[in-house]
Amino acid sequence: MVSPFVLALFIFVLAAFAGFEVINKVPPTLHTPLMSGSNAISGIAVVGAILLAGHADDGLSQVLGILAIALATVNVVGGFLVTDRMLQMFRR
Amino acid sequence: MDVAALLPTVIELTYLVAVSLFIVGIKKLGSPATARMGNRWAALGMLLAIAATLLQQGILHYNHILLGLLVGSVVGAWLAYRVEMTAMPQMVGLLNGLGGAASVLIATGEFWRSVLAGVALPKAALVSTVLGVIIGGVTFTGSLIAFAKLQGWMTGQPVVLPGQRWLSAGTLAATLGAGLVLWPAPLQLGAFGIVLVLSLALGVLFVLPVGGADMPVVISLLNSFSGLAAAAAGFIVLNDALVVSGALVGASGLILTQIMCKAMNRSLANVLFGALMAQQAGEAGGVTAVKGVIRRIDEEETAMMLAYARSVVIVPGYGMAVAQAQHALRELADALERRGVEVKYAIHPVAGRMPGHMNVLLAEANVPYTQLYDMEAINPEFEHTDVVLVVGANDVVNPAARHDKHSPIYGMPILEVDKAKRTIVIKRSMNPGYSGIENELFYKERTAMLFGNAREVLTRLLNEVKQLA
Repeated sequence: MVSPFVLALFIFVLAAFAGFEVINKVPPTLHTPLMSGSNAISGIAVVGAILLAGHADDGLSQVLGILAIALATVNVVGGFLVTDRMLQMFRR
Repeated sequence: MDVAALLPTVIELTYLVAVSLFIVGIKKLGSPATARMGNRWAALGMLLAIAATLLQQGILHYNHILLGLLVGSVVGAWLAYRVEMTAMPQMVGLLNGLGGAASVLIATGEFWRSVLAGVALPKAALVSTVLGVIIGGVTFTGSLIAFAKLQGWMTGQPVVLPGQRWLSAGTLAATLGAGLVLWPAPLQLGAFGIVLVLSLALGVLFVLPVGGADMPVVISLLNSFSGLAAAAAGFIVLNDALVVSGALVGASGLILTQIMCKAMNRSLANVLFGALMAQQAGEAGGVTAVKGVIRRIDEEETAMMLAYARSVVIVPGYGMAVAQAQHALRELADALERRGVEVKYAIHPVAGRMPGHMNVLLAEANVPYTQLYDMEAINPEFEHTDVVLVVGANDVVNPAARHDKHSPIYGMPILEVDKAKRTIVIKRSMNPGYSGIENELFYKERTAMLFGNAREVLTRLLNEVKQLA
């Protein structure tokens, strides 16, 4: 039985390769939206934050969890919306 | 069949769909025609991931979670709609920092819970926790300093504290040392606190010595870090969605960092540690002095030249964006096109303040992206171009990059505007560009200088062109 940690490490490395492949093809024109869009994806930390806040049974963990959710959500919502705002301006 | 027993599988599969949407979304970001859809797919993936997480068993305190989500959404939306396009680098920097901070908080919270329960985290989770705090901490404070520099809240010059080389190295060593203490004593709150505080200090020390013009590289790198910090958080709570997304962003940030360094002809080490190493080395001497006369030109003559040219290539630089001249520029280009002039825009990879920034600024001014040409596409065309109009760009059009081995920009890929039949440079003054060197393009026989504020000059040019009937 492989430990779940090693399995996650496998997934991490493979995903990084996938990332390199996919992103290498993005033309320079779109590098700024790519950066803000991928930045929004890194806001996935919100999932970890929800797990922390949802399982917290003491005051400090709860506060840390709520704060983490709020910050990661700013990252997610701000990132996707600002990317959309930029991309809507790209016209033929 | 018991529905509750199926739930964990459903949640995992939802995560799989979510990360697939991220990958497909990024792939669709590869073309202007599909990019907007791609971004929306990624956003949908995020929504699915959040929804799946809320369904997990043992999740309590929904009111707390919703409070966090609500506050974050309001602030995020407000930022996204309010930010100016010229301020995009700061915006991305700030968002990076918040992502990093969230990862730090998650790692801290999970560690605190293990201390309270008196049950040590498994070694793998412990390593992830320490890495998450270090990477997230550096991302957080580093991004804040980058934001302050770009926003003009502090000097854009490299700031080097006395003895900073040793201070930075010592802080890094102490951070890792305190982390190592946790290996045999995984409930040591003190050691964890030291890692936390020193990581935050490390981010400040890391970005302070980098100059404002190099911030795009730092932002790209911190973007990568914010992904790695999220991945570290994923290893702590063993969540594959976090691990995959973190890896994706980590890879994308690294690629962009590489691209930026290449376009500026510098190594990453030189960008990050150049100021630290150069403390006593002094500036690279022996730059060839540029001799020659400057030919000035006025708006009237320029307008004639542009209006009667067959082909015009416009080279916009950051100076154009600073002067908020992109709308005036587009109007001039439109007026020329109505006269039958073929107009193209040549975009250097580091034009603007982050990769691809100039494209966004021109898109905002309604310039169609089909008129924007990357460096590789436009360079062979300059030979056949009648007039090149350089607006607020400097180092990226300096021919010294091709032949002057002593020049600090030697080897940097440039837009070869000196090969065009005529080049007109709109510039505020003869002040050198960011690299601090003279531009020999300005002294070439086929170059003429048009001095003034870019927006005012372009507006006057537009009026002159219109009068030519």
